[in-house]
Amino acid sequence: MRTDLAVVGAGPAGLAAALAACARGVRVTLVDAAAQPGGQYYRQPAAGLGAARPEALHHRWRTWKRLRDGLAAHAVHVLTDHHVWSAERTPDGFTVHALLGPEQDQPVEVRARAVLLATGGYEKVLPFPGWTLPGVVTAGGAQAMLKGGLAVPGRRAVVAGTGPLLLPVATGLAAAGVEVAALVESAGPGRLARHGRALAGKLPEGAGYAARLLRHRVPVLTRHTVVRAHGDDRLTGVTVASLDAEGRVRPGTERHLDCDALAVGHGMLPHTDLAESLGCRLDGLTVAIDPEQRTDVPGVWAAGEATGVGGADLALAEGHIAGCSAAAHLRGTAPGPAPAALKARAKLRRSAAALDSAYAPPAHWPEQITDDTVVCRCEEVTAGAVREALDLGAGDERTVKLLTRAGMGWCQGRMCGTAVAGLAGCPPAPGKRPFARPVPLGVLARQHPQEGPS
Amino acid sequence: MNPLELAGARPGPAFTVTFDGRPVEALPGQTVAAALWAAGVTSWRSTRSQGRPRGVFCGIGVCFDCLVTVNGLPNRRACLVPVRPGDVIATQDGTGQEEACHAD
Repeated sequence: MRTDLAVVGAGPAGLAAALAACARGVRVTLVDAAAQPGGQYYRQPAAGLGAARPEALHHRWRTWKRLRDGLAAHAVHVLTDHHVWSAERTPDGFTVHALLGPEQDQPVEVRARAVLLATGGYEKVLPFPGWTLPGVVTAGGAQAMLKGGLAVPGRRAVVAGTGPLLLPVATGLAAAGVEVAALVESAGPGRLARHGRALAGKLPEGAGYAARLLRHRVPVLTRHTVVRAHGDDRLTGVTVASLDAEGRVRPGTERHLDCDALAVGHGMLPHTDLAESLGCRLDGLTVAIDPEQRTDVPGVWAAGEATGVGGADLALAEGHIAGCSAAAHLRGTAPGPAPAALKARAKLRRSAAALDSAYAPPAHWPEQITDDTVVCRCEEVTAGAVREALDLGAGDERTVKLLTRAGMGWCQGRMCGTAVAGLAGCPPAPGKRPFARPVPLGVLARQHPQEGPS
Repeated sequence: MNPLELAGARPGPAFTVTFDGRPVEALPGQTVAAALWAAGVTSWRSTRSQGRPRGVFCGIGVCFDCLVTVNGLPNRRACLVPVRPGDVIATQDGTGQEEACHAD
């Protein structure tokens, strides 16, 4: 199929972008892997579950309603259940390659004059002994399963790690009837206070969560960490301990908490595979963009977490600005984004930077990873094996991968990349994955049938 | 309170699937992972090298920890695949290819 603008990802950034571009007279096709638009933030309960009060699982429902109603009122062509695996430049624009439906074995192509990447992010989880036990899930995973499937991981949960996501996860699980034994946050309260001015806008939200935690009697342990998850074939409890000012575990402060679920997360990582395959320049781990959200590849825009993790409100502002810019490019007009969006973006980028620095994982987290801890979950590579590779002279993720297979499995290093980099003492590197998801060989073989065997 | 009550869910009629031969109740719209969680099941794969149990980890299709065999087909991501009436869900041992060969 052909369109003017292909927007990849129907989360806050993609929805705002699609609506802005469509309102400016552009034919927009919005492509997303899920069964319904919303992304992770506005993930909706499956239609078959007949949820009469989906808003009970969400924050900012009014914003979602505005986006959803906008989508219904505009002529945006929405392609759900489309799993995009690659995007490429063609002589007359771009081709977005997707796989259809849950089976993901039927290919679909969307040809577009321009592409807007709103691919979002996924959760960063740093390893610790026991983190591969069933019952240990990512904080975002617990939330996704709750929002989408109305399912919870257990009866008594600990929510742990660091970052603003832990608050809605803890309050969401508690509201859904899970006993939350503790919210274990490695950052100390002082770290947030230090960024008071940049975070002033976030205060009401924070106060709302504090009230909900209190109402559900969730004990909050700040400057604490989970040092070990216990269990044989499934999680039965965790050991938590207090951290000193340097981020080291204070000996003698360990204590046990019984739980059958642990929702853990240490921040977010951006999905940049499509941007990388299109040749867009990255800035560290995120897609580099100009003030109009243009990447350095003409005809490709990016917005939301892919360009820097900052939350749904920032994604909405960036998406709007990107959609306006793409529409102006396609229609030969001036971008003219809403001034409020530009103002919001500037302010929210400042608070995102403050949150990022306040919620940094404890400085000495690699020391907590025992040699027998599995680091690469797919290939079952232990921290000991990674350290052995480092002793042999490996100095980066790539060399560790070549020596140990860490990062070579199904997830292509998405889960272990940060940990391997941390153990190696080098900054995490972009994944450089040619495909954004696994593709059946038959689909690849049919891509260029005219070329034949060589 | 449970998640269904919280969201005011009025799901369509429940149906039965099997997990490792035993019947499990599932609701329309749920993924395989959600149905198994609701039935109290948290692991449905054993790893290729150490034979360790695994289930949902990332919950959004990124980590591939929740791979499972559904209707004889291995390597399905339980967190993405919708459960359907009559599904035969089985713990995936290792790559799952051995069972798949036997199923043919």
